[in-house]
Amino acid sequence: MTHGAGGRAMDQLIDGIFRRHLDNPLLAQGNDQARFAVPPGRLAMSTDGHVVSPLFFPGGDIGALAVHGTVNDLAMGGARPLHLSAGFIIEEGFALAALDRIVASMARAAREAGVTVVTGDTKVVERGKGDGVFITTTGLGVVPEGVELSGERARPGDAIVLSGGIGEHGVAILAQREHLGFATGVRSDSAALHGLVAAMLAAVPGLRCLRDPTRGGLAACLNELARQSGVGMQIREAAIPVHPEVAAACELLGLDPLHIANEGKLVAICPPERVDDLLAAMRAHPLGVAASHIGEVVEDELRLVQMETGFGGSRVVDWLTGEQLPRIC
Amino acid sequence: MRGAARVSGADGSGAPAESIRVRGQVQGVGFRPTVWRLARDCALVGDVRNDGEGVLIRVRPGAGAPPEAIARFCARLRAECPPLARIERIERAPLADPAALAGVGDFVIVASADTPVHTAIVPDAATCSACAAEVRDPANRRHRYPFTNCTHCGPRLSIVESVPYDRANTSMARFPLCPACAREYADPADRRFHAQPNACPVCGPRVWLAGADGRALEEAEADPIAAASARLAAGEILAIKGIGGFHLACDAGNDRAVAELRRRKRRSGKPFALMARDLAVVRRHCLLAPGEAETLASPAAPIVLLARRADGAPLAEAVAPGQSTLGMLLPYSPLHLLLLAEWTRPLVMTSGNRAGAPQCIDNDEALQALAGIADAWLLHDRDIRNRVDDSVVRTIAARPRLLRRARGHAPGVLVLPPGLARGAATVALGGELKNTLCLGDGERAILSQHLGDLEEAGSARAWVATLARYLTLFEHRPTRIAIDAHPDYRASQYGRDWAARAGLALVEVQHHHAHIAALLAEHGRPPEAGPVLGIALDGLGWGEDGTLWGGELLQVDYRGSRRLGGLCPAALPGGARAMVEPWRNLLAQLERAGLLDAALRRWAALEAVRALAAQPLDALRTLIARGLNAPPSSSAGRLFDAVAAALGLAPARLGYEGEAAIAVETLAATVPPAPEGYPFALDIAADGRLMIDSAPLWPALFDDLAAGTTPARAAARFHDGLIHALVACATRLCASHRLDTVALSGGVMQNRRLVEPLATALEAQGLQVLLHRRVPANDGGLALGQLCVARAREQSAPWAGQGVRR
Ligand SMILES: [Fe+3]
Ligand SMILES: [Mg+2]
Ligand SMILES: [Zn+2]
Ligand SMILES: [Zn+2]
Repeated sequence: MTHGAGGRAMDQLIDGIFRRHLDNPLLAQGNDQARFAVPPGRLAMSTDGHVVSPLFFPGGDIGALAVHGTVNDLAMGGARPLHLSAGFIIEEGFALAALDRIVASMARAAREAGVTVVTGDTKVVERGKGDGVFITTTGLGVVPEGVELSGERARPGDAIVLSGGIGEHGVAILAQREHLGFATGVRSDSAALHGLVAAMLAAVPGLRCLRDPTRGGLAACLNELARQSGVGMQIREAAIPVHPEVAAACELLGLDPLHIANEGKLVAICPPERVDDLLAAMRAHPLGVAASHIGEVVEDELRLVQMETGFGGSRVVDWLTGEQLPRIC
Repeated sequence: MRGAARVSGADGSGAPAESIRVRGQVQGVGFRPTVWRLARDCALVGDVRNDGEGVLIRVRPGAGAPPEAIARFCARLRAECPPLARIERIERAPLADPAALAGVGDFVIVASADTPVHTAIVPDAATCSACAAEVRDPANRRHRYPFTNCTHCGPRLSIVESVPYDRANTSMARFPLCPACAREYADPADRRFHAQPNACPVCGPRVWLAGADGRALEEAEADPIAAASARLAAGEILAIKGIGGFHLACDAGNDRAVAELRRRKRRSGKPFALMARDLAVVRRHCLLAPGEAETLASPAAPIVLLARRADGAPLAEAVAPGQSTLGMLLPYSPLHLLLLAEWTRPLVMTSGNRAGAPQCIDNDEALQALAGIADAWLLHDRDIRNRVDDSVVRTIAARPRLLRRARGHAPGVLVLPPGLARGAATVALGGELKNTLCLGDGERAILSQHLGDLEEAGSARAWVATLARYLTLFEHRPTRIAIDAHPDYRASQYGRDWAARAGLALVEVQHHHAHIAALLAEHGRPPEAGPVLGIALDGLGWGEDGTLWGGELLQVDYRGSRRLGGLCPAALPGGARAMVEPWRNLLAQLERAGLLDAALRRWAALEAVRALAAQPLDALRTLIARGLNAPPSSSAGRLFDAVAAALGLAPARLGYEGEAAIAVETLAATVPPAPEGYPFALDIAADGRLMIDSAPLWPALFDDLAAGTTPARAAARFHDGLIHALVACATRLCASHRLDTVALSGGVMQNRRLVEPLATALEAQGLQVLLHRRVPANDGGLALGQLCVARAREQSAPWAGQGVRR
């Protein structure tokens, strides 16, 4: 690649960082591909490019995020994640110490999630053509027999369950990036959710669907599910957990926590009669202690997501095209 | 046969036969029976029918008729036009086929069933004096019957669900006419000829008083309305099913009842509407300006915002806290007449809904939604098919202006100016708040009733149903959809989806362009009359440059608009939060003027500055500096909010939209206008626009307050300064762009203390000023404007950069 004279030396340094942190037998083979046997069942595959500013933030960094994001996308299909690939695009001049921290964090996240990074690639781009580092991860997992999770399976009457407080990732990032000087106690919720999912499936095998409310927040997530399933959703504002500092920050910033990104939360739709079992299983898991039954799937031609507010009103929770823009005339 | 019709005699019976076309609101309003009666009086023979263009009359003078019989007939038709009819044009022409009437010796009404065309749907109308007299007459068979109506009054839009407008297609279908009512219905000489909702105690709907379980209360069975009245007198809160929806009612003179209604309904300070038995009761509380009594007593019977008398009879404090006006209306159905018969005080009559939700229309829905608010429910079994709120009128510049177009005015038909009268069937979907719809059908623009705020789920749902209902009632199949250009308005999103799904043309219209275009259309201004200067002052609308506009001076015709000047933008720190927290706008104004630090020092003693200092200023300044959810906006509404905050008139968070601006206006109105007020600067921006800069206002205002000037005087000086700046800016722009007409629109133009002196000053500069009358200046007018812009662009290319999407 075109990264000036010291190119080869830099490649070697980068290579060293990866070998030191991500070391595993498949990666160590040094082939252009990883070859491995897979357990029986259906395979699940997902890919995600990770771009975040700042790269390091309270509660995580881009390295851990790149693992969690893809692991969670697999987990939302009920898959147990096995392996990851990682592609790095690094801006020339990016501090190697920072890269080292990122890769170390990635390795730790992978270890904790029980996945291995079996193949990877790095490219260095000219200064000014990247934003520090971008990471694309692709994950492979296996879906156990009998698990049928899909976004079009929500049925009127089903319960909507949320695994915990919303808005923490987005607010943590914002506070750090903009040096807001408040919401300093808010940490990103970035976490791998497949363990929680496994516990949920064990308790309620008939779970209908799972989705992680990442970009666009809970609002976009519920609207997607409503549209896919051809149903409406009725949620209760009071039942949605929001960390007090997130709430205060949103209040000041004028942002709606429903539209803010999360990286370690999930929404589950389950048959109404199993909601208590599901909640019990979730609350017994460290990532689901604040799990809450936030509402119901309803029949609705218009596929509206609507939220009962504190004042007896009911507002439409909508999908925004871009930033949160005022609409009031 | 031709010769036979021309045989001359001593009378006019030999005069040529004519076809007379009557255009306007002439269907479903008792027009044909009037024609029938007058034709017979004038000794004419022939027939009358409804058709797609209105009413068609074919006549020739009968035996013994004078030669001028037809002319006399036409004159009397105008003079004796039934109350709900509005004749726009009478066109006389020789009958193409005189033989058709040759053998006719009588005048007859031809049933509309003969024609493929349906009778138009007209607005609901308040009880006429003849029906009111019958209800009060112990000898009449309709004595105390709450559903009495005739062709000149009663429910229309509120009960219809499909066309043709026949009883079978209304909620009266389940009440078969008794023989007496059927006779009235069939007799052209009767006031109830073809009155679809005709009813009497024998065959019609009934009323009962229900407890929370929905069952009729036994003790009230004999006279549910009298029982309801007694409960109101005892201080109870009642849900009352009316024409277009439920009201919540209580004694407006009972402090405890009114406060309790506010508490239960969770409604902070927003004033309640009051219903008074008659004008005498209204006058006990309000001063009526010329024309206001007529507006109150008109068939539309709207809420009229009236000046409250300083020496008015006592009312509960919580009825309209801090207001110098009262929203009054008169009883508009026999049920209301009977309910208020004994009341010498007004009743609070506020819409029957939970906070934010639309007014209930269904019995079960009301029992559920108003549980915990109402003590009892006055129900009836005539279903409401279309929700129609009360209309709201305010006198501004000596004329009644509709602020909310609803009951009695919807569906409204506005004949488009000639240059826009032809084109594709188009539906315009309106704005986000105070939504209305508009269908463009040939030369007619059909305006829906006020449909509320689409952020609210119940309203959003009802909006979709109403759109479908209008398409059915007017047999409208649009090929073009006009929407506001805002990316996130729900109506706009709906329109984009619809257009994409159905392959219809989509026209996106800039918010303020639509405001001004609606005003031009309302005045019948033809497209070839050329552009005007539009002054659009409102909350905010999406601008072509992707920022939020709201204080604009624009060159406008139907096809396009271009910003020539306006208010300098200030940040909205916290985006939508700045709409409900006025202090954020004060902060942004001071920060923009570079005055925030100085203000905190120099005027630290002022209440408003102390309140501001208590906010997390560093964080908020960070938002503004970084443009973090702090979009710039030239909103006039937010400037009023900032002034309200500076004057200590605004709560930290508003209880209802417009609260702060109304507070500033109310205070300012106590001080007469002066030619100059606080200073504003006029500057030319980099893009050549003439900008009104509010920065100089702030030191003047704070110095004034610090020197002990009253908030009222300061509020007035703000108004006067803004008016002065607008006039200066408008005059210069009109001169440099050779414009002679100024059109004033946008929600801020509901402010009388602003509009009246502004219009006077502009007129003094030799400019013609256009103000809204039948169409609201607020976002309720957007749909009509969108339709007109779509029409204009169908015929000629839009201005550069303002396009049609497919
Ligand atoms: Fe507007
Ligand atoms: Mg993905
Ligand atoms: Zn009548
Ligand atoms: Zn009858």
